[in-house]
Amino acid sequence: MQVTMSVNGAEVSREIEARLLLVHFLRDHLGLTGTHWGCDTSNCGTCVVLVDDEPVKSCTMLAAMAGGHDVRTVEGLEQDGVLDPLQRGFMECHGLQCGFCTPGMLMTTRALLDRNPDPTDHEIREAISGQICRCTGYATIVRSVQWAAAEQAGIRTSLPEQDDSRASSAVGGAS
Amino acid sequence: MQVPAPFEYERATSVDQAIGLLDRLGDTARLVAGGHSLLPMMKLRLANFEYLIDINDLSDVLGYITVEPTQIRIGAMARHRELLESAELGRAFPIFADAEKVIADPVVRNRGTLGGSLCQADPSEDLSAVCTTLNASCVIRGRDGDRVVTMEEFHRGPYETAVGDAEMLTEVRFPLRPNGASAYEKVERRAGDWAVVSSGAAVWLDGDVIADARVGLAAVGPNTAGLPEISAMLTGQRPSEELYEQAGIIAARSCNPVTDMRGSEEYKRHLAKELTRRALRRSVNRINEGS
Amino acid sequence: MTAVEDRKVTGFEDNDRKPVGHGRMLRKEDPRLIRGKGRFVDDLQLNGMLHLAILRSPMAHGRVVNVDISAAQAHPKVKLVVTGAMLAEKGLAWMPTLSNDVQAVLATDKVRFQGQEVAFVVAEDRYSARDALELIDVEYEQLEPVVDVRRALDPSSPVIRTDLDGKTDNHCFDWQTGDEAATDAVFAAADVIVTEDIVYPRVHPAPMETCGAVADYDAVEGRLTLWSTTQAPHAHRTLYAIVAGLPEHKIRVISPDIGGGFGNKVPIYPGYVCAIVGSLLTGRPVKWVEDRSENLTSTGFARDYIMRGEIAATKDGKILAIRTNVLADHGAFNGTAAPVKYPAGFFGVFTGSYDIEAAYCSMTAVYTNKAPGGVAYACSFRITEAVYLIERLVDCLAYDLKMDSAELRLKNLLRPEQFPYTSKTGWIYDSGNYEPTMREAMRIAGYDELRREQAEKRQRGELMGIGVAFFTEAVGAGPRKDMDILGLGMADGCELRIHPTGKAVVRLSVQSQGQGHETTFAQIVAEEIGIPPADIDVVHGDTDNTPFGLGTYGSRSTPVSGAAAALVARKVREKARIIASGMLEVSVADLDWDKGSFHVKGDLTKSVTIQDIAMKAHGAGDLPDGVEGGLEAQICYNPENLTYPHGAYICVVDVDPGTAQVSVRRFIAVDDCGTRINPMIIEGQIHGGLTDGVGMALMEIIAFDEDGNCLGGSLMDYLIPTALEVPDWETGFTVTPSPHHPIGAKGVGESATVGSPPAVVNAIVDALKPFGVRHADMPLTPSRVWDAMQGNARPPV
Repeated sequence: MQVTMSVNGAEVSREIEARLLLVHFLRDHLGLTGTHWGCDTSNCGTCVVLVDDEPVKSCTMLAAMAGGHDVRTVEGLEQDGVLDPLQRGFMECHGLQCGFCTPGMLMTTRALLDRNPDPTDHEIREAISGQICRCTGYATIVRSVQWAAAEQAGIRTSLPEQDDSRASSAVGGAS
Repeated sequence: MQVPAPFEYERATSVDQAIGLLDRLGDTARLVAGGHSLLPMMKLRLANFEYLIDINDLSDVLGYITVEPTQIRIGAMARHRELLESAELGRAFPIFADAEKVIADPVVRNRGTLGGSLCQADPSEDLSAVCTTLNASCVIRGRDGDRVVTMEEFHRGPYETAVGDAEMLTEVRFPLRPNGASAYEKVERRAGDWAVVSSGAAVWLDGDVIADARVGLAAVGPNTAGLPEISAMLTGQRPSEELYEQAGIIAARSCNPVTDMRGSEEYKRHLAKELTRRALRRSVNRINEGS
Repeated sequence: MTAVEDRKVTGFEDNDRKPVGHGRMLRKEDPRLIRGKGRFVDDLQLNGMLHLAILRSPMAHGRVVNVDISAAQAHPKVKLVVTGAMLAEKGLAWMPTLSNDVQAVLATDKVRFQGQEVAFVVAEDRYSARDALELIDVEYEQLEPVVDVRRALDPSSPVIRTDLDGKTDNHCFDWQTGDEAATDAVFAAADVIVTEDIVYPRVHPAPMETCGAVADYDAVEGRLTLWSTTQAPHAHRTLYAIVAGLPEHKIRVISPDIGGGFGNKVPIYPGYVCAIVGSLLTGRPVKWVEDRSENLTSTGFARDYIMRGEIAATKDGKILAIRTNVLADHGAFNGTAAPVKYPAGFFGVFTGSYDIEAAYCSMTAVYTNKAPGGVAYACSFRITEAVYLIERLVDCLAYDLKMDSAELRLKNLLRPEQFPYTSKTGWIYDSGNYEPTMREAMRIAGYDELRREQAEKRQRGELMGIGVAFFTEAVGAGPRKDMDILGLGMADGCELRIHPTGKAVVRLSVQSQGQGHETTFAQIVAEEIGIPPADIDVVHGDTDNTPFGLGTYGSRSTPVSGAAAALVARKVREKARIIASGMLEVSVADLDWDKGSFHVKGDLTKSVTIQDIAMKAHGAGDLPDGVEGGLEAQICYNPENLTYPHGAYICVVDVDPGTAQVSVRRFIAVDDCGTRINPMIIEGQIHGGLTDGVGMALMEIIAFDEDGNCLGGSLMDYLIPTALEVPDWETGFTVTPSPHHPIGAKGVGESATVGSPPAVVNAIVDALKPFGVRHADMPLTPSRVWDAMQGNARPPV
């Protein structure tokens, strides 16, 4: 069957099998491999993309179902060479390690900040609770989103100093 | 990644057209709405259909939440997030927001629908327990028009409903009564997990006496189940801790949990009691706070 | 007292005054990853690439009677169907495991665990490959499975490993450490003996990216290129050469971006071999990427130790001895990835952080009808199990003696003057200063205040628990005199080239799975050679372009490869010194190094930068006598010892008395990993490990039903913590450098996974003290906590 949708602002049209999952359409047919997959059961959230500005698990949506809709992936976050504040926040606050869950986390939190520009830490945790990160322990993801929220609001953020100027003492201190 | 077996896909353009397709294709076809129960099962090849009829384009006609003087009508395509965020629904039935906050996760809630949840007929499914608790009725449409069934009639067993091959659940109706409130209590091993046990309660007061009360349990039997014995016991009584305790004891005694990875039978019975008690207490507190 | 002056090697003292080197530097790998431009195995698309899918056993134990592949072969998009019998004809049906056992690539005689590989299909696309699996008809004769590990050695149990000559039982190996007689003597004379049965259930690392490979065999060149999810590309290449009989110089293993490993990507899995066979037979590139169920049911699990622990002490709480007996479930094949002489990994460090008189362990390992594996999931070769055992036992002792668990630990911790310390099981702890670390954790936690709060809450019937754990890790395997994997010594190479313009490339034998090697190794080299980290590229994960070494696991990258990076930079610096002496026309003895430049002693105006030297080394004109052109070096670093990081963790939980649900309110982690390179990355490593610990303590388990069906085969059933189950971590640090590591660093990647499970469990058990609970096994799901509250705590297996 033929499917036509908008992906990152550009219209794409392909002949596909009806059973093709959206995640495979994006990855295998369009070469947009930034969207990952990590399970078979809609539990891990590494495949999250935005469909009509709402986060959706693209492993649990047929490409056919996305026909006529507006899909946005991690590749569409950077606009005209300018990174999304969330992309910068994740780099600044070490919100990623292996980077596998990161695209999904970025898309979900992009939708969160669009609806709620000043979320609490708990609201961020709730928003990403359908997504698993095995590396970061989530705290730095929360910080990254807060960094981006502040950046969007025009509030200058400074990160905690973490150099090891006290490395010569036995007790370093809390960070 | 697991992928589904081949099937054909059609998009429904109207409810009648969808029913016409179902009528023509019989049990080889299945409706897909949010897809978050159906597609994982098809990916794991636990379910196979030759045709999927996508009814997402019917969101506009079946996605409503309509408050009327004596009932609330909710279209089968109302999505979890809409149920969670509806202020009107939250005022009338706070149990909805309680339950929706703990159903799957926010991303899944963007897609999943009321109708899809009920039609999955999973014994652990939270919205089924909510509908049972609120004494909802289901509107099923076929070629010959609508028929309305109770929740007890709707769920015929695990993963089995009263919806025929050429029929479609279109609406769920919730009777509105004054001076009532409701609550939902769920224990899960982790956010997003299915319930170990959950209990919904709805209470209506007449003065300081219980005019009616209902309790619905999930994950402790073949379907989410209402407990008429509790209703009978509570009606006409003054709310009290002792009463909630008695209701909890009935809940624990009346359910049929089985030991699995989520918990032992004993624990589940204990939870049926504890959560019933909490849900009743919270419902009554909500009435008192509201008045 | 720990201080910089204690270090044998200098070079970092002035770090905080200089711009380059260590410190909180943003990661070099992030710009591609936050744009979705990472390159993971499944992202690879090659011309003509085919897709491979594996048919797996539905049962735990059965005889393979017949495999009919005719219908699958007839599928129009199928190119190849291969069975175990077909592999056997080529001598490829079995492969060695990392523990000198063998494992079936595809089952020939029997299937021995649910999920075992039985046949594979290669097709034009991944959907068709999956469809064709449905068309393979396998006839099995079901056999009784061995599921209960405690009955594996019963004479009546069926023999799983009938493939091994003369095998008449399910015995895998026996292992002992310590001094049995001395330990028994101490126990016999002790005031107090506490015994507890402690189970560390089977869990799974479950990295977010599953395992996979793309094999591309070039028949003309006789050359195999394999992109695969491996933490150890060089070791894998050598093993493929041995298994497949391909010449090693014709094999190139590339490990691209890896979506988390945690030990899961150390072994060679049948799927990789199938992909290679698929490409050999079709002449086309073949991709295999497992789905999540395959990952959870067939790849390297972790733990699965059933331990009886005993601790002997005086009545005032001086710990005297530890004794333990362990039953280890190794699954159907011994696929443990550990140094050969260490069949139980480094479990021998179970004496922990305490000054004791004697210790003894005896272990029996058995085969069962479950997936193979054993060492995985950030365990530092089974130190997770060791630390969990001792830290639970210490809490049991505190319970019996009615002592505060932190005070009991403080009373028994090794003292700084005891280092280097040789443990009663023969491990030489390189350095440590434990009490300040413990005190720091208690300070951050507000320990005394927490205990006061707990006492008040207990009065009101509220259940609050405070869990303390102290751990010593042993990481950085390892000295090659003791440690090898299948005969490959556990040393690591490193090569550094300075280009003419003073930019550099450093090539590593280890492979990052998210640890940020591209950043931290640039920082190590920057510190030593004075070139800014931004000007240093790190190459890793490609056997054609990096020196040989054993890879990244067991927290060994910084202790071994990090040392190699520092030393290779120093080697280059010494050559640069000679060239500088020619440039400045003084003797090398008259030069001082000032991180980035040499200057004549006493005259800062006469200096040359490393960049000047690099151009000179490659440029026109003569170099000093005997100096070759170029500015590069390569070394292979063989560590003289492991490094021994330590830490003190405190966890605070609240338990709902009505539902038994546990909420982790706070978690304080104070880690000492010696000299710190990038504090941001260290903190990240610790956060991740703490989350693992909460996961294992509360929810993670790979369980089996009585038929051997895996009950944790999807992420719906194998629960991993989300952001809602973990608190905002509170971290702190102390610094006790390693005396033998060139920059004083120790490993840290697994510290938190090792240290956090006992802290969480100790906290929950502490919360349940009013119910008389001394021990309860993981995972402490609400149901299992409730069981414990009813006096009915049960082992999970």
